Order: sequence, then structure tokens, then C-alpha cells
Amino acid sequence: MTKSELIELIASKQQHLAYRDVELAVKTVLERMSEALATGERIEIRGFGSFSLHHRPPRIGRNPKTGEPVALPGKYVPHFKPGKLLRERVNDGRAD
Amino acid sequence: MALTKADLAESLYEELGLNKRESKELVECFFEEIRSALEDGVAVKLSGFGNFDLRDKNERPGRNPKTGEEIPISARRVVTFRPGQKLKTRVEGYAGNVE
Repeated sequence: MTKSELIELIASKQQHLAYRDVELAVKTVLERMSEALATGERIEIRGFGSFSLHHRPPRIGRNPKTGEPVALPGKYVPHFKPGKLLRERVNDGRAD
Repeated sequence: MALTKADLAESLYEELGLNKRESKELVECFFEEIRSALEDGVAVKLSGFGNFDLRDKNERPGRNPKTGEEIPISARRVVTFRPGQKLKTRVEGYAGNVE
């Protein structure tokens, strides 16, 4: 399912809202979530899961073409931990 | 402080002018439809943010960490999140302290 399919699905269930409003709302939610992570803030959605940052320490990488070592700085990467309800529903859905 | 559903609803109220009830319902519906797709075995791809993928795991041997007793970990389906390039790039530059 893509973002536009998700927007259509939500619009079909929230009929009092114009499609354009749903589209803007989904984009606003995703932007707000990205912004939180980009500023080091965690996201906690009960029943869905939490997003946080994991640190990757600096390391020596290699230029794959020349084999030359390159110093790579440490960085943060987004991490998602599914919540209990999501874990259960996904696993229970397996049987159907 | 972590970002919650209430904060997301507040953004919709402030930035888009949806009323408070609509904002709350929309945020609820957003996460429910993602959960529902994943429950139906459908991966969710949100461009610019990331993909929620599904993986089927086989049964594997495990151990109760308290008693040391061996117990099999049953076969299961799990959700994994792969951040998109845009989100990775935005987060990479974060230099401060993680709360």
C-alpha cells in the first residue's frame, strides 16, 4: 500500500472531510514525525509502536572502487519498535 | 518528551484548521489503516518516510533467560521498518543528545 492508497482509504472512511484535507493531514503527520526524529525526539504511538534514534559509531570504510580507506563519521539512524497490539495483530493475521 | 498522537492531532488542529475531534479521529484512522494493512499481510510504503515490511520467521531454539530452560520460539510474522532515504538523510545530521 502506498501513501496515495492510504490517503484514499482514510478519505473513504472520513467522508465528512474533503479528499484534499485528508491528503494534507497525512502529509502533515508524516512531516511532524520526520521533524521529531530529525531533532532527536522519540515518537510513542500506543498500540502501534515507538520510533527512536540509534547511534552508529564512527568507522573506517573503504572506497569500493579503489579499496582506499575512508574515515566515516558517527551518525544516527531511525529505529522502529512495533507495539504489542501491532505485533499481535500482524502475527494473528498470518493464519488467515 | 516524546511525540504522541495528541501532539499529532494538535498539529492538524493548528496547521490545517481541522477541529479537535476531526484531528483526533484522523490521527487514529491513520495508524489504524496502517495496522490493518499489515495485519492483512500488505506492506506499507510511505515515500519520503519509510516502508513497513513484513517478515515471516521460522521456529528457532530459544532459552528462558531466567531459568536457562530451552524453549522453542514459535514461527511468527513480524513488522520491520526501513527508513526512506529522505528520512535517513534528515536524521543522519542530528548531532545532539538523544533523550
